[in-house]
Amino acid sequence: MLDSTPDGLNSGEPPLLRSIGLTKRYGDFLANDSIDIDIRPSEIHALLGENGAGKSTLVKAIYGLIQPSAGEIRWQGQPVVLSGPSEARSLGIGMVFQHFSLFDNLTVAENVALGLDGKESFKDMSSRLEQVSKLYGLPLDPRREVWQLSVGERQRIEIVRALMQDPKFLILDEPTAVLTPQEADQLFIVLERLKAEGRAILYISHKLEEVKRLCDTATILRGGRKVETCNPRHETAASLARMMVGGEIKEVKAASGRTTTVPRLVVNDLSLAPAEAHGVRLEHISFELKGGEILGIAGVAGNGQDELFAALSGERLSKDPGTVVIEGIAAGHLSITQRRKLGAAFVPEERLGHGTAPRMKLSENALLTGHAASGMVHHGFIDTAATLKTVDRATETFDVRKAKRDPEAASLSGGNLQKFIVGREILRNPAVLVVSQPTWGVDAGAAAVIRQALLDLATAGAAVLVTSQDLDELAEIADRIAVMFHGKLSAPLATREASREKLGLLMGGSSLEPKEAAHAVGA
Amino acid sequence: MELIEAIILAVLAASTPLLIAATGELVTERSGVLNLGVEGMMIVGAACGFAGAWLTGSVFVGALFGIVAGTMMSLIFALMALGLAVNQVATGLALTILGVGLSGLIGAGFVGERITPAVHLHIPGLTDIPLIGRVLFGEDGFVYVSIALVIGVWWFLYRTRAGLILRACGDNHVSAHALGYPVLRIRTFAVMFGGACAGLAGAYLPLAYTPFFIPGMTAGRGWIALALVVFSSWRPGRLVIGAYLFGAVTILQLHAQGWGIGIPSQFMSALPYLATVIVLVLLSRARSGGSTAPAALGTVFVPDR
Repeated sequence: MLDSTPDGLNSGEPPLLRSIGLTKRYGDFLANDSIDIDIRPSEIHALLGENGAGKSTLVKAIYGLIQPSAGEIRWQGQPVVLSGPSEARSLGIGMVFQHFSLFDNLTVAENVALGLDGKESFKDMSSRLEQVSKLYGLPLDPRREVWQLSVGERQRIEIVRALMQDPKFLILDEPTAVLTPQEADQLFIVLERLKAEGRAILYISHKLEEVKRLCDTATILRGGRKVETCNPRHETAASLARMMVGGEIKEVKAASGRTTTVPRLVVNDLSLAPAEAHGVRLEHISFELKGGEILGIAGVAGNGQDELFAALSGERLSKDPGTVVIEGIAAGHLSITQRRKLGAAFVPEERLGHGTAPRMKLSENALLTGHAASGMVHHGFIDTAATLKTVDRATETFDVRKAKRDPEAASLSGGNLQKFIVGREILRNPAVLVVSQPTWGVDAGAAAVIRQALLDLATAGAAVLVTSQDLDELAEIADRIAVMFHGKLSAPLATREASREKLGLLMGGSSLEPKEAAHAVGA
Repeated sequence: MELIEAIILAVLAASTPLLIAATGELVTERSGVLNLGVEGMMIVGAACGFAGAWLTGSVFVGALFGIVAGTMMSLIFALMALGLAVNQVATGLALTILGVGLSGLIGAGFVGERITPAVHLHIPGLTDIPLIGRVLFGEDGFVYVSIALVIGVWWFLYRTRAGLILRACGDNHVSAHALGYPVLRIRTFAVMFGGACAGLAGAYLPLAYTPFFIPGMTAGRGWIALALVVFSSWRPGRLVIGAYLFGAVTILQLHAQGWGIGIPSQFMSALPYLATVIVLVLLSRARSGGSTAPAALGTVFVPDR
């Protein structure tokens, strides 16, 4: 691994884009520390790294969104200063954003027009849009408004928009994070085709198997520095992960012989109208979750997972109490606090603003969810010592790293804050834990700690419901996996039977057993 | 016959300042900025407009004074809410309070003075047609300007690329920034346009509606203009309908009192707001997805560089 020029990389072709000593400083923080990267034509180049490794910063600098503090970017051998994305686009650099840069209330054609320089008439642009989308097998209706489209279709807009500028170099930021496995396969076909046309692609991802399959070169970043450039096909997923993390990742172990007990969370034919403009209607959701069991809910984001979480946690009430049964008690009409008193605990997806109040201290945040059941309030007065003790216990048990004993929630890194939130709930020994995207945007080390904690909690007899878009995560910890699509929940599959292919079909809306899918009840 | 004509003329006159101010605010809000200071910008426009006309003897110069004054007021808002990213609601309310005070100060010396009001168009033959003649061909310049303004804004928003970019900023400023559009600069121009329109609408009152200036003469018209933008669901076509409807209600209220109809005038004054609330409810029920309001309306944007 000491050889920094692995075989197959030094082909005679000069690099299309080269960064030399690229550095970006925010105050004292070095987001990018002197990064060199070479991108050649007809190359799919992976940019690997954990959250906070500096991938986004590097890409933003290459796309002209931020100005580097030092270093230079060379395009086809010439030094360039990119003062904005339009300049990058005029050179032939295109970008597909992770959080799509789309406008929900504008039409597809208007969205595409905004990404172009506006030299052609709207009509010409629209007809060219249809041509390009047909040519690459990315069908789109230019007249529809974006809010009506699925996540996969939205990504298509981004890709078509980039392709319409005929880019020599295309940057894709975690393009498969929101796709079903089948949709991802289709994307790979498009990318292979672009590569065959001589275009270069910078592919940002943390899905290692995908990178091994697709990419010719991989540059790995860690803590703002470049660690290595290698050929991913010559590496194993484990060796790539080691380079990303800078050490071994603790393996998550399920205790053998977990026994399931009584049903602790039962959902009976739960239907709920959407609460907001872009919301999803929940339709006839039923499942049963026993103590000692972990049920995973997979699905592409925006298919009703948030609505289901709100219905389970009591953020939204249902008219029929019997739709949500916690510990044998009908709870559909009960408030969040009342449900917590029954022994349920909830960890929402959004850490700041939903899971915690960002500008409040950890102890205050502990009080906010724990006051109902954990004796932190006496006669209306806060027991400060008890709240601090909760913070200390969560810190110790879950290895939360922070600057002082009781900092503001917003000052913690994503991984540490998530460990604190999950820890805060688990320490109350809940009978039922509902957790949404437990390791989203969390570094690999913290993710392992959190997954282990969920497994241990189930081993101790709790019922755990995990919503996640990461199929690998669900395969690792869940006993059964159900899929959410358009507000409906499929029948749960035993994890060993839930192949990626089967789950992918369900995530795309096909049903395996048409009769069961609508009215699924846990096995 | 003559009464109907008189009523229509009065409705047009009452509606014009609403239409002008609301058109400006519509553009501002379409860019994603909520400027609640319309009333303040209008009243400063009224004071400065009257001052300009009184000093020069020209209604046209007065109108220009109003436009400049409204624009200056809106620049204060832009500096605070866009430059310093202060809360837009608080800044807008403060702007109104500032404007009311400032206009009293500027206008203090002009109270009781009179000017020659804006002349009405007169085309021999056409203007003399009964009923519609004076309505169509006998208005003052402001009325024609207001119609041209709203058509121009519609054309700009839906038929030009600049308009598309402005709407994009109002829908999602993060995306607009990521695509390389100068969100804050675009919003500043939108705020200034809103200020210019509010200033012109304010100047209309002492230059054409009444030929004199009294403190507080906008009398809540800025707030009605704000309600009107919501009523129109941010669409110029509906804005015209709304403006004349709201104008009609104000005139109706006066006549209702005159005719001794037993509806309290306070209820009539509240009608525009009530109508806005009802329209909002109907709109949110009618459309299943998508938002009618600009999605980024009123949110602070700080670009990361």
